[in-house]
Amino acid sequence: MKKKYSIFSLIKNAFSYHENWEKAWKDPEPKKEYDAVIVGGGGHGLATAYYLAKKHNVKNIAVVEKGWIGGGNTGRNTTIIRSNYLWDASAGLYDHALKIWEGLSQELNYNVMFSQRGVMNLAHNLQDVRDLKRRTHANRLNGIDAVYLNTEEVKKFCPIINTSPNIRYPVLGGTLQKRAGTARHDAVAWGYARGADEMGVDIIQNCEVRGIKRNGDSVEGIETTKGFIKTKKIGVVAAGHSSVIANMAGLKLPLESKPLQALVSEPVKPVIDTVVMSNAVHAYISQSDKGELVIGAGTDDYISYSQKGSHDIVEGTLNAILELYPIFSRMRMLRQWGGIVDICPDASPIISKTTIKGLYFNCGWGTGGFKATPGSGDLFAHTIANDEPHKLNAAFSLNRFVSGDLVDEHGAAAVAH
Amino acid sequence: MFLINCPYCGEREQSEFKAGGEAHIVRPKQPTELSDDQWAEYLFMRKNIKGIQFERWIHIHGCRKWFNVARDTSNDVIKAVYKMGEKPPTN
Repeated sequence: MKKKYSIFSLIKNAFSYHENWEKAWKDPEPKKEYDAVIVGGGGHGLATAYYLAKKHNVKNIAVVEKGWIGGGNTGRNTTIIRSNYLWDASAGLYDHALKIWEGLSQELNYNVMFSQRGVMNLAHNLQDVRDLKRRTHANRLNGIDAVYLNTEEVKKFCPIINTSPNIRYPVLGGTLQKRAGTARHDAVAWGYARGADEMGVDIIQNCEVRGIKRNGDSVEGIETTKGFIKTKKIGVVAAGHSSVIANMAGLKLPLESKPLQALVSEPVKPVIDTVVMSNAVHAYISQSDKGELVIGAGTDDYISYSQKGSHDIVEGTLNAILELYPIFSRMRMLRQWGGIVDICPDASPIISKTTIKGLYFNCGWGTGGFKATPGSGDLFAHTIANDEPHKLNAAFSLNRFVSGDLVDEHGAAAVAH
Repeated sequence: MFLINCPYCGEREQSEFKAGGEAHIVRPKQPTELSDDQWAEYLFMRKNIKGIQFERWIHIHGCRKWFNVARDTSNDVIKAVYKMGEKPPTN
């Protein structure tokens, strides 16, 4: 049993200059065999292992990660959390995650700095206004909080937005989800890792999967850089590298992996206390607790695994930011980076069984997976444990690309992909 | 950011081009004969290779012509450029 983090443990450890904190997770060598192996030690993978151990009583679990935990897209996203999706299936999925976020710090005894500062989506033309109004109605019917704001209300909620009618794409209104917000992305990986480790999950870092061993139509184990690991159940949560892993098992997925860039500014005093996203003038912005502006936009349009993108995308993003926030015209940017996102044709995720027994995929989250981390882990754990999807992820099967039953969130999901 | 050697215009910045995804996906000759699985394969399933990929590009802000590129997707290094209808290079 790990010692609980509290104000008292903080004071106690202050006396030893914070040098004697207990390790949050072990660093074990892999055992020969596990009941289930999760490939990918990001937020989604660690959450999957955590819920498999906690809710489904699977005892012998490993998470294998080729780098370090949370070093992929978990540490590269812009930390936005919301559930204001148009379609019923998506609304169910993302609001399930949002409800878990609301109690996550307490459940994990780990401060994930979940901040319900609201997410606002702007409308810039008549069609945007119609689409966003329609979406607020759809959200309300699904029990998700959403309000439509006119231009004055947008300005009141976020005073630094340029609401002049004379700009190229004037702000005509917007939607607001007040329960939405941000969280500290690294803390989510670390919190789940600590929780999973406490229940006996082996978190094995620097362990890259090299092959998947099959016996006919079922899996037997994985070849890794740390040797062969025998297992009957493999849950793959490898984000941008999902197709690479699928290829090892002889499968093809409906995915394209592309770079998604983000950047942060130098830290400044609090200037924006919410998250604002714009679809037409494509950029989104929030401010971290350190004071940096956190900025992102769309993907580069070519397939790449290089974790860097093209400069013209950054330039376009900052043009959009300056159009809406002229106050930032002298702001200097500190860091810029890329992550590789796996995008489905319908811009909705896959949480699914495959044609191979014991092989499961959780992928296709594209540009918006961080917000779903707790729900994704919970539902994927259910799917692996029961060999059947939960009703909330039944619509997100791999088979939808054969049946044609797509969950087409392209453009409908409050942000262009 | 990388440069692409358009077979019609010469070397230009990648931002002048638009990526068209995986190349050499052949449109089914008899669409009515296809099963749902075969349609899914043709419409949605992609190799999404990490390594050398054959892909289509269009010089959208230039000659507006389509052509093929062999590019290493792990580091964005272009190995070859060849015209539509030509076979991919073997080396």
